[in-house]
Amino acid sequence: MNTVQAGLLAAVVVGTLSALGGLLLPRPARSTVVGVGIAVSGVGALVAGVAAMAGQVASFAAPDVLPLSGVVFAVDPLGGAFLAVTGGVAVATGIYGIGYCRRDRHGHGLDGRLVQTMLPLFVATMMLVPVAAGVGTFLLCWELMALTSLLLVVAEHRRRPAVASAGRWYAVMTHLGLVVILIGLLVFSAHATDGSFAALRIAGQHLSPAVADLVFLATLIGFSSKAGIVPLHAWLPRAHPEAPSNVSALMSAAMVNLGVYGIVRVGFDLLGGGVAWWWLLVLTLGAVSAVYGILQAAIGTDLKRLLGHSTTENMGLVLVGVGAAGLFASSGDLTLAGLAMAAALLHIVNHAAFKTLLFQSAGSVVHATGRRDLDDLGGLHTGMPRTTTAFGIGALSASALPPGAAFVSEWLLLQALIHGLPAGVSATIVMPLAVAAVALTAGLAVATFVKAFGVGFLARSRSPEAAGAHESPPSMLAGMGLAAAACIGLALLPTLVLPTIGAVAGGVVGSGDPVTVTATSIRLTDFAGSLSPLLLTVALVVGLVATLAAARALATRRAAREARLWDCGAGPLSARMEYTATSFAEPLQRVFDDVVQAEQDVDVTHHQESRYLVEAIEYHRRVPDRIERRLYEPVLAVMAAWGRAGRRLAPGSVHRYLGYGFYSLCALLILLVVTR
Amino acid sequence: MNAPSLFGTVGVILQLLIVVALSPVLTGLMRQIRALLEGRAGSGIAQPWRDLRKLMRKQRTSPRGTTEVFRVAPLLLVATCLVVTAVAPFVTTASALDPVADLFAVVALLTLGTVALALAGLDTGTAFGGMGASRETTIIALVEPTMLVAIFALSVPVGSTNLAAIVTSGLDDPAQVFSPVSLLAAVALIVVIIAETGRLPVDNPSTHLELTMVHEAMVLEYSGPDLAMVELASSMRLTVFLGLLANLFVPWGIATSASPLLIAVGVLAFVVKVAFLGGCLAVGEVFLAKLRLFRVPELLAGSFVLGLLAVAASFFLA
Repeated sequence: MNTVQAGLLAAVVVGTLSALGGLLLPRPARSTVVGVGIAVSGVGALVAGVAAMAGQVASFAAPDVLPLSGVVFAVDPLGGAFLAVTGGVAVATGIYGIGYCRRDRHGHGLDGRLVQTMLPLFVATMMLVPVAAGVGTFLLCWELMALTSLLLVVAEHRRRPAVASAGRWYAVMTHLGLVVILIGLLVFSAHATDGSFAALRIAGQHLSPAVADLVFLATLIGFSSKAGIVPLHAWLPRAHPEAPSNVSALMSAAMVNLGVYGIVRVGFDLLGGGVAWWWLLVLTLGAVSAVYGILQAAIGTDLKRLLGHSTTENMGLVLVGVGAAGLFASSGDLTLAGLAMAAALLHIVNHAAFKTLLFQSAGSVVHATGRRDLDDLGGLHTGMPRTTTAFGIGALSASALPPGAAFVSEWLLLQALIHGLPAGVSATIVMPLAVAAVALTAGLAVATFVKAFGVGFLARSRSPEAAGAHESPPSMLAGMGLAAAACIGLALLPTLVLPTIGAVAGGVVGSGDPVTVTATSIRLTDFAGSLSPLLLTVALVVGLVATLAAARALATRRAAREARLWDCGAGPLSARMEYTATSFAEPLQRVFDDVVQAEQDVDVTHHQESRYLVEAIEYHRRVPDRIERRLYEPVLAVMAAWGRAGRRLAPGSVHRYLGYGFYSLCALLILLVVTR
Repeated sequence: MNAPSLFGTVGVILQLLIVVALSPVLTGLMRQIRALLEGRAGSGIAQPWRDLRKLMRKQRTSPRGTTEVFRVAPLLLVATCLVVTAVAPFVTTASALDPVADLFAVVALLTLGTVALALAGLDTGTAFGGMGASRETTIIALVEPTMLVAIFALSVPVGSTNLAAIVTSGLDDPAQVFSPVSLLAAVALIVVIIAETGRLPVDNPSTHLELTMVHEAMVLEYSGPDLAMVELASSMRLTVFLGLLANLFVPWGIATSASPLLIAVGVLAFVVKVAFLGGCLAVGEVFLAKLRLFRVPELLAGSFVLGLLAVAASFFLA
């Protein structure tokens, strides 16, 4: 038994045992045992994934368990990458969940049997999806993952009515996604000898273009809905905020990645690369999602919803990388394709690290204050200094600024895009626009996270709940600490992971290693370009220390005096005079008004005696999702109309229902007689 | 990575000394030019240094309720400018920290400084701080696409985004400097630099009227030595941006090898180029009024289109 098999077996066995523990153990021990179990199973998956990325392979088959090709699992470097990411997220989230799920003094908690059983099962199915190696196995794991996550999303449905609505959206969209993937993969496997991926890989080389297009488009639709890509993102900003925060972290940092995995697996591996327009489509979808997602995040005020929108943005950036890789591979630039794919995979790893951290800190804030709206938060640095630091690290990593993790992957992505210009005339138009989209995304991400951190955690508290916030229990802090350490490690030493990720990316597109690393810096193979995040950080720290020393030496030595804030001489400032998240985002909302189309309402109540005096002003703003309004509401309206029309067929008479049965049977028999 | 050469180290030290010492003088020069053109006597080009000395001697104040973010922001702002000064090819093309001297990294570092200041503005919890931070981050978000597309255009003929590589290739092939690509990218970058450094018509550095403040609103709570840091850093940012603009488009004069004469020429050329650009900016500002905040995106969109045209031109002319 090699490392991959041992790790994966340990992960699945421990996961199943924890699920049993969640079902059978008494309430006080439940969350601890399940949390530790998830963490151990995560370690197993992490080890197996890393070993698989390094080139070790393993497979397992039980041919008679399922139709089509039975249960088939195989771990290859690509699947290993996603397995390792899921494992890493599971470790941090499992430990965090120990404290998060325990009952608080109000008796609220997530230590019920259902949640504690589903949590390890959800993690285990997410680990099995990237190692499934047959259509039947893949779809089974995919559906189990969807079902377990759905049960976890609706865990708090008794506390908030919005949870049920979010659950319905998620249930419908994830199952429509499944249906489309099912159609795509079944059509594909109809052209192969059996349903195993090995057979599909052989069949993929001889598919007629029409069938290949159908398979790719169907799977693209299904997988991109899982990844939260526009226009199939509608479930994501609903389900992620309403789920418990440890589940949000798992979904946002690990589950959405599997949508990207599906696209890469089918497009590159099974269909063997395909044609340029597929990847142009993927790139466009990615760029649109990135900009649209981050724009919604930039003007949003709900902390967890904002993070959900940011997930759409980051998956969009990943798809820009994947699309560019496909485009370059189809025009024969394999090294460049490898570079773009490496950027995409590195961004998945980075996103998993910082999104775990951000959702965990947001969860701590909700845990401590019961508030998610940034307009009600603020001043959390006094009550929750560690959570504030954690969110700060996550925000820096997410906003593509040095020394943050996302900066490295976005730098690689930009390098791939700018070197792709000679690839052809279509590249002349696509590449600059893609660079601009990535840049606009980076700029808006900065605005988003300055807002989330500055308004939510700094300044003064805007509600009594925020003022009375308390620090989270040690297990939650430990979970956040692990995720923060991962963020810092990835930011300073991407040189440790990049050779392996580069080799995986090279293996996917069929190129050599796209990047070479030295001890401190990253160099592109075949192109001039290098970056050293460690050296950059060291330089920044040296600059900081030098400035501090110079300021100490030159400035006066008198001790600092505490001063009143500037209040224009009008008496002390109250928290209501602070800038809120809504006011912070107002200029951006105005600039992008053509896209966002916020609905605003200002009601002025005048003084009774004079209409020149104002008594009260009420301001309402709602930012409806415009894509949702244009695309989903008509469909929902048609469905509702259809339902109403159908209601006339069911007046409640049993005779009529029997008649329906009789007539449909007759019609079916007649049809059989005529056609056979 | 090669060990930093003696030449590179000398270059870095020279650049740091020149930029730190002369950037307040540049601000003074620009104010003096404005004053003369507006018919005032002006306070002389050394006035910013005198102001800094005065501020450094004042007692520190720490506004009530602010956190470490407020105290670290000015230091970080100065540090980012120092790092960029150290790595950018201003006087010599040999950088001691070559892997950091990437245009994307340099731009991101300068943005980091602005972000630190925006967070400090929010940290005070006043209406002014929030207002300044909100406006500044809006401008940064819109500047970023133009900036990166202009960088893209510049990097296409060279095949790299390394600053030294771009400058060296301009020296080797002067025709490239006068190509339409270069001109379009230069115009796009000038607009972006005006927005990033908070000059007219995007922001008025000498205003204290709350309706129009952007940068000044963010730093309203700073005083004494902290304010001195912020003032020094904003002068340095201006110098750094003008220096980058000068050497990316008019690279001549920069020292390419370690001869004392060439280095002296490099120093002189850098000072003259930046002073000339600063003078042009000051003269231009006399004739401009500040744009409404919500007209700024139109200006930036215009420069973005120029950036896109530059990339397209670089492809078709290559």
